[in-house]
Amino acid sequence: MVAVAAPRQLPRVFQYRKSLIFAGIVLAWLVLWMVFRNVGTLALGAADLTPLHRWINDVNDAVGASRNSNPVFLYFFNEIRLVIDEFVTFIQALIAQPSFGRPVPVIGWLGVVAIAGFVSLAVAGWRIALLAVAGFVFLGLQGLWQESMDTLSLTLAAVVISLLVGIPLGIWAGLSDRANRILTPVLDFMQTMPTFVYLAPLTLFFLIGPASATIATLIYAAPPAIRITAHAIRSVPRNTVEASESLGATRNQTLVKVLLPSARKTIVLGINQTIMAALAMVTIAALIDAPGLGKTVVKALQTLDVGTAFNAGLAIVVLAIVLDRVTTAAASERRTLPRWALFGGLGITGVCVYLSYTYLWAAEFQSDVGAGSAISKGATAVTEWAQDSLPVITDGFKDFVTLALINPLQALLAESPWFLVALVIVALSFMIGGVRSAIVSAVCVGLLIATGLWQDSMITLASTLVATIMVMALGIVVGVWMGRSRRADRFIRPVLDAAQVMPAFVYLVPFLALFSASRFTAIIAAVVFAAPVAIKIIADGIRAVSPATVEASTALGSSSWQTIVKVQLPMARGALTLAANQGLIYVLSMVVVGGLVGAGALGYDVVAGFSQGQLYGKGLAAGVAIVVLGVMLDRLTQAAAKRWTN
Amino acid sequence: MARHSVLGAVLVGALALAGCGGAKVGDTSTGATGDCGTFNLAINPWVGYEANAAVLAYVAEKELKCKVTKKELKEEVAWQGFGTGEVDAVVENWGHDDLRKKYIDEQKTAVSAGSTGVKGQIGWYVPPWLAKEHPDILDWNNLNKYADKFKTSESGDKGQLLDGDPSFVTNDEALVKNLNLNYKVVYGGSETALIQAFRQAEKDKKWVLGYFYSPQWLLNEVKLEKVKLPAYTPGCDADAEKIACDYPDYDLDKIVSKKFADANGPAAQLVKNFKWTNEDQNTVAKYIAEDKMKPEDAAKKWADANADKIKAWLPKA
Repeated sequence: MVAVAAPRQLPRVFQYRKSLIFAGIVLAWLVLWMVFRNVGTLALGAADLTPLHRWINDVNDAVGASRNSNPVFLYFFNEIRLVIDEFVTFIQALIAQPSFGRPVPVIGWLGVVAIAGFVSLAVAGWRIALLAVAGFVFLGLQGLWQESMDTLSLTLAAVVISLLVGIPLGIWAGLSDRANRILTPVLDFMQTMPTFVYLAPLTLFFLIGPASATIATLIYAAPPAIRITAHAIRSVPRNTVEASESLGATRNQTLVKVLLPSARKTIVLGINQTIMAALAMVTIAALIDAPGLGKTVVKALQTLDVGTAFNAGLAIVVLAIVLDRVTTAAASERRTLPRWALFGGLGITGVCVYLSYTYLWAAEFQSDVGAGSAISKGATAVTEWAQDSLPVITDGFKDFVTLALINPLQALLAESPWFLVALVIVALSFMIGGVRSAIVSAVCVGLLIATGLWQDSMITLASTLVATIMVMALGIVVGVWMGRSRRADRFIRPVLDAAQVMPAFVYLVPFLALFSASRFTAIIAAVVFAAPVAIKIIADGIRAVSPATVEASTALGSSSWQTIVKVQLPMARGALTLAANQGLIYVLSMVVVGGLVGAGALGYDVVAGFSQGQLYGKGLAAGVAIVVLGVMLDRLTQAAAKRWTN
Repeated sequence: MARHSVLGAVLVGALALAGCGGAKVGDTSTGATGDCGTFNLAINPWVGYEANAAVLAYVAEKELKCKVTKKELKEEVAWQGFGTGEVDAVVENWGHDDLRKKYIDEQKTAVSAGSTGVKGQIGWYVPPWLAKEHPDILDWNNLNKYADKFKTSESGDKGQLLDGDPSFVTNDEALVKNLNLNYKVVYGGSETALIQAFRQAEKDKKWVLGYFYSPQWLLNEVKLEKVKLPAYTPGCDADAEKIACDYPDYDLDKIVSKKFADANGPAAQLVKNFKWTNEDQNTVAKYIAEDKMKPEDAAKKWADANADKIKAWLPKA
């Protein structure tokens, strides 16, 4: 909180000595590793349990058995479930499901398209409105209208509830340091705890149905809204607030008249992030019978039908891009429509809604065009071609990276005695962030040991680090390119959006053919998901470097390469560290998906815990271990970032 | 001025559209439900299960006029649903002694509804080309001889034994240890990973040894061969750590919620009477997995050809 006036540049001698110490630690580690290899690695077999795991199982069973008699269930969870169920079912009745004794929803496709277009027009302008209309019609042409509307209903419900809870919490965390300190670890937990861990218990508390699916979604989707709102409130300039206070405004007045209006744009970006996060949960929620596109994906993959899965995945991408562009445009500028456009739009929308209520052709999307089957045939053809012709190259690449990078790192982390690795981690943390970082890391290491999954954690850590290195390499190369060229940005950005929201399993099927079931496949999947975030952050960072500086450098005769390396990258180091931090967190959120394609370790433990009752406790412990790894790496990168950017 | 003309245009357009509208919502009536009520059928995520469920749902809807609600759930969640009253029936259960103990013996929310007639088999399989070129590989005694060939980036200096979806019972680590095999169990983590591995192994003549099971739709496409392990005898799998014998044959059965069984409505009787064979299931599974038919269409196609079998399942009124 208090900004310590750190010396801008550390004395050269000191820096030199520091890197010597780093090298010394690593060297000592290597030597001791050779001596103590495979001693005290705290390994645990795939089917073995610790007393802690058994205890969690017992608690889980006891909760399940008391479900029908426990008043907490009868009067608390049931009430929440009822309200949320009603809410989701109501939205579904409006746009997705046959309702009120009619064979179709209240508002048919034409009405929904018109509403989407009008709302986009009102908040985001003509171009975005056209995009929204085209996007929604495309969903219909894919033959996925009803599924898309189910997904949209669930997403809207989850987002609305997230915001109802999240924005007040965010304001509170923005105003009070104590609230912020309490909320931050809770939010970390919500965002990094794998959904698989709480999916089954959720259905115990909230039954199978829309309520459980909505709650699963909002646990993951609410944190961005809270964090970004808090951040927005905090970044309102102090003197603005002081000015308001000195004019005699009360706390409430300051909040409503000064803080919220100035934070508005950033808060809308939080809403945007919440929507994206909610859409990322579509396939996972389908595992507990959430209606919509997720089900189509999951079902198609039972028969490895990549084409159908891709078609449905593409619909999710289209929804995501439309919602993203609308909210982003709404955040960037405030616009008022001319009155004639407003009333005209309202009128047309009203007519469309009426038509879609009354006539079948406007209610049910007749997709005779068959865009859906063309897309899935195309995707299948591409996949088959890739699977037939690429493995010769990709197999070798996998073996090379595994031998040169993954295996050595994993051997060092997972085959050293635990106390040695623990010591190294704490020592490095002290070097990076001082006493505080060392304490945080020590606590995290202790927790990892307590979960009983130390060796699995180390194996997962090794893969995570390799994936993060690849994410950063991609992030810098593509990010710099996008940051320097507007045109590249315009082409690449939609691809990045798609990679972020396309359900992982759609591309995992061909990846399995290219790289077999292996740790490397899991790493590649994580890179596909995490690299877009890193790339976007770096691209924005590079663009934010003042053009004057870049021009000055060019004028002095620097080549492009020199400008990038000597000027743009160093000046964008804030963005670089943020990219590394976010890259790590995103990679960790793919650990469980990795467990489905051969990563083993923590990811597999979580998946197995979801599938087998007696492994439930172990799965939960593995989930906690992932959270702990996430918190530790997050705090370390933040400490490193602070040191480096000061 | 502009505003009025726009509004006018909109109104005129609306009237014109309304005039030439077409079929109105509600012109055709929807199907009525009979006295069977709602039948909550869990759909576990594999094609064989889907085949059972599709046929049952088809018969329940067509013959008994039930309103069938299909719920797509993993096994654990589905069984949990017996207690909360949200699932009436699970119609292909692979053993799952842990779930039986918890929900049938302890919580008493579920009961068995007898065999589906389908026999399940779990074991170690190799792709057909391998069985043809090296027939002796189908005996576990010879596995060590070939261990080198099965090496991958994941198994290090041992041969790889690929395991799949953790939902199914596996004794593979104990088996490898107790049979002194020079292999390492690698956890693929999903059925998708297994299928993809076997498909590719057959196509590119790669060496793959993996955990698999039948009935499974892939076996229609790639005829995997089972490796013979020491024969199963009752009780040889009693101590999980000392297992050195093959997996038992599973009699795949149906589980229903206690409430559903006690009420004994038409749907409950249908589930209890439902029984067919591996061939029947494979036929419907093939329609779904390979011919890409919708489950309801696949069920109809099979039902039309097997009316006599279906008649035997219907409640005796």
